[in-house]
Amino acid sequence: MADLEKLSIGEAAKGLREKKFSSEELTDACFSVIKRKNKDLNVFITLDEENAHKTAKEVDQKLAKGESLPVLAGIPASIKDLLNTKGVKTTCASPILKDFIPPYDATVVEKLKANHMVMLGKTNLDEFACGGSTEHSCFGVTKNPYDLTRVAGGSSGGSAAAVASNMSFYSIGTDTGGSIRLPASFCGVYGMKVTYGRVSRYGVTAMASSWDTVGSFARSVEDISYVLQAIAGRDRRDSTTPDKEVPDYSSFLGKDVKGLKIGLPKEYFGEGVEKETVDTVKAAVAKLEKAGAKVIEVSLPYTKYAVAVYYITMPAELSANLERFDGIRYGKSAKDADNLIDFYFKARGAGFGDEIKRRIMIGTYVLSAGYYDAYYKRAQKVRTLIIEDFNKAFEKVDVLIAPISPFPAFKIGELLDDPLAMYMADALTIPINAAGVPSLACPCGMSKGGLPIGMQIIAPQFEEGRILKVASAFEKL
Amino acid sequence: MLSEENVRHVAKLARMALTDEEVKKFTTQLSGVFEYMDILNEVDVSKVKETSQVTGLSNVMEKDELVPSQSTREELTGCSELPIDSKQVRVLNIIK
Repeated sequence: MADLEKLSIGEAAKGLREKKFSSEELTDACFSVIKRKNKDLNVFITLDEENAHKTAKEVDQKLAKGESLPVLAGIPASIKDLLNTKGVKTTCASPILKDFIPPYDATVVEKLKANHMVMLGKTNLDEFACGGSTEHSCFGVTKNPYDLTRVAGGSSGGSAAAVASNMSFYSIGTDTGGSIRLPASFCGVYGMKVTYGRVSRYGVTAMASSWDTVGSFARSVEDISYVLQAIAGRDRRDSTTPDKEVPDYSSFLGKDVKGLKIGLPKEYFGEGVEKETVDTVKAAVAKLEKAGAKVIEVSLPYTKYAVAVYYITMPAELSANLERFDGIRYGKSAKDADNLIDFYFKARGAGFGDEIKRRIMIGTYVLSAGYYDAYYKRAQKVRTLIIEDFNKAFEKVDVLIAPISPFPAFKIGELLDDPLAMYMADALTIPINAAGVPSLACPCGMSKGGLPIGMQIIAPQFEEGRILKVASAFEKL
Repeated sequence: MLSEENVRHVAKLARMALTDEEVKKFTTQLSGVFEYMDILNEVDVSKVKETSQVTGLSNVMEKDELVPSQSTREELTGCSELPIDSKQVRVLNIIK
């Protein structure tokens, strides 16, 4: 059977059970795409062919014996190289962890392994998930499958490109300020940013702890629901995961949107957002309106402060989290240090790339004596106002729909020397992380230049099901 | 406006060696970033409480249940750059 790698998870799972093809064949199909395209796209940092084939074979044997297996069993997947994978190199795309082999699995990886995931390998990212373009990776930039001169987005750029180019059926990424939704929109795939705490972060290298979430990329809404089902829920090893029931996400699919109230936050369609993006997202919303949804304009007045709030609190938390990378517990030792302090200076000076250094400096500065109240505390207060914006909007509407990025994928190198311009690419994704609400990136059209444009569907905390309902209805329009 | 001296001081607090070139570059770039952050001074926050946990959880308690240690001796010694002898890390001799 040709083009196995292009199937959805649902189709692949069905084919496996009907013995139309084997998990080994699915795995071979993915590796053959990887071998053809990875040189150009630079998606994978590490491949694990041996274990992938081993798991595929085991799944095939179990299915041959008629065992009942979960839907994700034998489906080839990839994992952002920020999540620990036992025995498989986990670099965070940083020189300081270039050779790090974790002794344990992240909870998400453990859960997917219990679902018999065939793990193809680890995908590229901006160093420690800090960036919006994957250009800040010590392994080089991941290129956009639609245009090799453009970025795939970031920080989970490798995961988005892997799914978009059919190297992998689904991929796990992380979203702290837009790191799943931005690359998903640049590469034309679905990307789920979950409610803060819905998915365990145990074993995921911490970036900004009050913002970090783990989610997934896939090529259909149904596929997103399968992966979410497998990874969501309470984990005693991550105390930010509440003991809240995980609903049956598939039950939200295939429903209609009659009477559903959609809010369009006007700040997300205003200044700085390209007209083509605005028009494409509004056309998509018009389709939902035609299908029976009600569309209401709403306002989230504190939106414009979100980038500043984020670039104060995130670096503060990041600089604290990265203190552990000191060349002793982690990272390459500085061989020629005179004393302990000199050792730290050298190990950290050589171990971090530019963007990490910038963010550690911002974080250290805003937390230093005399500046804490002026920056960090004030930012946390403004964060409260951003949250109240969302609470008020959700009193009037069921979901919000907005653009994800002000523009489609930009050229490699275009924003590299202007950190502030790069930060502004996250202006429409950051507020969602500030409020801890879930948001799904959905492909909704193409630019005249042939680049994907995405929209995000946003719901109140822990209402991922509601988002899937709207996205699934939109997918069929 | 940040000075090069500020940048050197912060890098010292963060225990990071910077080259002269890096100091120059970061001074310009970070000045721009901090100028932008002043936008928050427009907001009246006198009656607002700060948020540090968005879903409202606090003081989460767990029973202390024993689980088997995840790492084998080989995995742990594998993390060391120092020589391994009889499955143990041979540390440098500092007492002469």
